[in-house]
Amino acid sequence: MNAPTGIGARVKRKEDQRFLTGTGRYVDDLPLARATYAHFLRSPHAHAKIKSIDTTAAKAMPGVVAIFTGKDIADAKVGGLICGWVVKDKHGQPHKAPPHPVMAVDTVRYVGDTVAMVVANSHDEAKDAAEAIKVDYEEKPANVDLAKALDKGAAEVHAAEAPGNLIYDWEIGVKADVDAAFAKAAHVTKLDIVNNRLIPNAMEPRAAAAEYDKGTGNYTLWSTSQNPHVLRLILSAFVLGIPEHKLRVVAPDVGGGFGSKIFCYNEETMVTWAASRVGRPIKWTAERSESFQTDAHGRDHVTHAELALDKDGKFLALKVETIANMGAYLSTFSTAVPTYLYATLLAGQYTTPLIYANVKAALTHTAPVDAYRGAGRPEATFVVETIVSKAAKELKMDPAELRRKNFIPSDAFPYQTPVALQYDSGNYPPIIDEAIKIADYKGFEARRAEAKSRGKLRGIGFSSYIEACGLAPSQVIGQLGGGVGQWESAQLKFNPTGNVQILTGSHSHGQGHETTFAQLVSDKLGVPMENIEVVHGDTATTPFGMGTYGSRSLAVGGSAIMKAADKVIAKGKKIAAHLMEASVADVVFENGTFKVAGTDKAVPLGQAVFAAYVPHNYPLAEIEPGMDENAFYDPANFVYPAGTQICEVEIDPDTGVVEVISHTAVDDFGNIINPMIVEGQVHGGIVQGVGQALLENAVYDKETGQLISGSYMDYTMPRASDVPSFKLGYKVTPCPHNPLGVKGCGEAGAIAAPAAVMNAVHDALAPLGVSHVPMPATPLNVWQAINGASK
Amino acid sequence: MYDFHYHRPKTLADAVGLLKGKDEARPMSGGMTLIPTLKQRLAKPSDVVDLGGIKELAGIKVEGNNVVIGGMTRHADVASSADVKGAIPALAYLAGHIGDPQVRNRGTIGGSIANNDPAADYPGAVVALNATVTTNTGKHTADSFFKGLFETALSDGELVTSVSFPKAEKAAYMKFPNPASRYAMVGVFVAKTAGGVRVAVTGAGPCVFRVKAMEDALAKNFSSDAIKDIKVPADGLNSDIHASAEYRAHLVNVMARRAVDAANK
Ligand SMILES: Cc1cc2nc3c(=O)[nH]c(=O)nc-3n(C[C@H](O)[C@H](O)[C@H](O)COP(=O)(O)OP(=O)(O)OC[C@H]3O[C@@H](n4cnc5c(N)ncnc54)[C@H](O)[C@@H]3O)c2cc1C
Repeated sequence: MNAPTGIGARVKRKEDQRFLTGTGRYVDDLPLARATYAHFLRSPHAHAKIKSIDTTAAKAMPGVVAIFTGKDIADAKVGGLICGWVVKDKHGQPHKAPPHPVMAVDTVRYVGDTVAMVVANSHDEAKDAAEAIKVDYEEKPANVDLAKALDKGAAEVHAAEAPGNLIYDWEIGVKADVDAAFAKAAHVTKLDIVNNRLIPNAMEPRAAAAEYDKGTGNYTLWSTSQNPHVLRLILSAFVLGIPEHKLRVVAPDVGGGFGSKIFCYNEETMVTWAASRVGRPIKWTAERSESFQTDAHGRDHVTHAELALDKDGKFLALKVETIANMGAYLSTFSTAVPTYLYATLLAGQYTTPLIYANVKAALTHTAPVDAYRGAGRPEATFVVETIVSKAAKELKMDPAELRRKNFIPSDAFPYQTPVALQYDSGNYPPIIDEAIKIADYKGFEARRAEAKSRGKLRGIGFSSYIEACGLAPSQVIGQLGGGVGQWESAQLKFNPTGNVQILTGSHSHGQGHETTFAQLVSDKLGVPMENIEVVHGDTATTPFGMGTYGSRSLAVGGSAIMKAADKVIAKGKKIAAHLMEASVADVVFENGTFKVAGTDKAVPLGQAVFAAYVPHNYPLAEIEPGMDENAFYDPANFVYPAGTQICEVEIDPDTGVVEVISHTAVDDFGNIINPMIVEGQVHGGIVQGVGQALLENAVYDKETGQLISGSYMDYTMPRASDVPSFKLGYKVTPCPHNPLGVKGCGEAGAIAAPAAVMNAVHDALAPLGVSHVPMPATPLNVWQAINGASK
Repeated sequence: MYDFHYHRPKTLADAVGLLKGKDEARPMSGGMTLIPTLKQRLAKPSDVVDLGGIKELAGIKVEGNNVVIGGMTRHADVASSADVKGAIPALAYLAGHIGDPQVRNRGTIGGSIANNDPAADYPGAVVALNATVTTNTGKHTADSFFKGLFETALSDGELVTSVSFPKAEKAAYMKFPNPASRYAMVGVFVAKTAGGVRVAVTGAGPCVFRVKAMEDALAKNFSSDAIKDIKVPADGLNSDIHASAEYRAHLVNVMARRAVDAANK
């Protein structure tokens, strides 16, 4: 028998064959005849006035085809880049929306801001010419220190449109009620934390290539996009004005995104726009330094939080004040991240009855900040799980016990939190129990003592996260200011010979859709895996869809596939009933075959499909030929994965080096389609979370605004040797409102891990009297914390 | 990168000849530093003279009490050399902890010391072992070779042909890698040779330096206890987002003690 391939099987990823043998097809691989190459001249300053740009000498350089500046774009009436989510501030006013020109016109606002585009016959010639462009800048003071960005006197990024750098002052919850609860509290735990800024670092840098067909007036843009349909919509409707049907966007193989490739960027816009001016295809691929400087960064919050507890350790109320960095311009979904994806998650897994959060979004002279793996939810989990562990320390309570005491009871679902979300399902106590068992929590004190005998400080940290993913339903998203729907599409397109293409509006850039989605159809329709092809990422072939982010692809996109498969079965039943001369009501579908109950009559799906395409004996009066079913699925609610991670670290007090000794994750992702892929997602997520906790940090020089961590010489990416082998476990409460009972697994690791690691670090250092280490807990930060404490 | 003329001579004499009289010509060993510099357009040489084709420049020999390593010898070859492991295991260890496998299979000892990156590992070994650097024109003592930040005693067109390391009675290298680049944030090489005890620190300052106070204490008592309380001043040490000067000064002491303990094992 063949290895199982259905739901729950550990099927090896179909796509890995081509990825591992170098036969993937990425944007940069595209052979485009007569291609030209673009290079962008970028601002070396964080903030400066452009007094003049002289391209005369550059235009005369060998191989130069064209040079465009911000003024050319403005003259051509190209629209600015948009922010697609209107967040209303606490007075009901829409957020400040400063313009985001595709290329800087008279002011540059961060190091890397786009100043000019050179198109030449070769990349080197484009770079040579860029060096010959003379830009006269008048440098201005920069504001890159988030904590001071809203202070009087801070340099303003968009003085006219966003005075004082404030994009919005937003709140959720009733402050007076929360204050009243604090007044009655037996204990209050206070926390001041910075959620460090991260640079996404997808393995494949961003790239764009565009071609204009003069004969038809059609544009094609190949882009490293996570959501080609949305990119096309934005470019068409808001930025370039190319009618949607005249613009095809293709996102072929894409090497990682982590959120950073959701957004509509300057370069792809310029490449598309310029393709028709130049009359030849244009290719652009970011160099790594450009990725560091211009990919939308992630996180970057400064937060003060307070948790009120009663004498028994029950949470009474939570109060959170956050300043969130937006960077110099509002990226596509930037406004939603620190509000609807952050503050709404502050209940965590707990019954905290009253929550108030105030979020101020601030502009700085830094790269735009937007969604990055987890987007808002890691920041929320970091606040909640750090303050809960800190409270446990202060109250001398076991951190697991304090969590258990406050968990939403298993029978309380669906559970309405005080911060808008209604958790559909969950069962938290068995998750933490399982994690405790796997991590051998009971044996920890013995391990701590043993480490001490070796001169090491050992600590353990918990993080019980909640996540809302698969944003939904569209109606609610619209009410909250989101500019798009949040459904997903699917099409099951059978060929006459019985093999099938799954066309999806979501997009795989590492997640393994080509395997997981094929498993769904193989399981549901009994089609062998090798007869299934998943097609994604091309607006010309796939139905309009929302793309992949926010752990939505399976819960939303997979559900759409199931709906389409239902339609295939329904139609197949009619065909089979006709072929078997039976009544449709008597036909059942089992293991890929239509049968009439109680008889030996059977029509395999393949036969029904063949009949649909060669309808010689077919109920043409009732149904159309062909087997090509479309479905759109708009979920009733978010899905709510949850879990507990336990991290154990050892710290060398002489050097401050933190070593992650063990890391356990027990997750409830609902039903699991491919455990191997899920493990991969969890592993990758934890590594990114450990990266944030111990290694990664985007640092701008506070005076000059230069990006100091602008290469791998200074930006510490996690390496294999930085993490142990992970211990994973699962508990399953199926999602009650989608047909697969699935939640999402793409972001969980990154959401939970930072708090687990930092709590372990704080636990290890507690005996030295250290109560706070800034994240990331680099050797320097740990050493300084130890030394500050021992002074 | 900008255009340049590329040469791959077969003999040292040809290489020297190609470099002679050309102000903007640059020798290249493994290219591990030079090529990224070219790609970032930070250098614009007229000619690049690749030393990779010169057989006489690569290889490891034991000559009496010395291990002699040719300038073009790759880090990976030093790390895995039975001769080096036998005579000065700490040197093989050092070479095996440079960068990553790709870098170790391209990067060379000649390129590394000629470049004199303040965070490079080899300068620690060269100074602590009191090695002699041989070039096409003469010899340099270790102490006179490393002059300052990216600065050496090499004159224009002068090529490192080999480095001769005296065998050590005891030696060890302890490296605290920069978390991001994994170059040495602080590296301490401690060696006891016929010539005495030397403690060389790389990564911490603008250029490799010796810690006399530690050397004196260890000469009397080669144990980590002997240097427990010897602190190097933070003044003048490097300071960046990964380590303050104070932290580096502290690490010098920690790494030195660990190196002595390792050397005594
Ligand atoms: C990712 C990465 C990580 C690294 N990590 C480390 C590390 O952890 N520790 C460490 O010590 N180093 C590290 N290095 C540096 C590496 O060890 C190389 O030794 C160093 O880059 C020199 O390279 P090379 O030998 O290829 O010399 P090249 O790059 O070819 O040359 C370097 C310079 O020396 C000149 N030069 C070359 N050969 C000679 C010669 N024989 N005589 C005179 N001048 C010469 C060249 O003109 C050039 O200026 C790392 C490098 C990289 C790229």
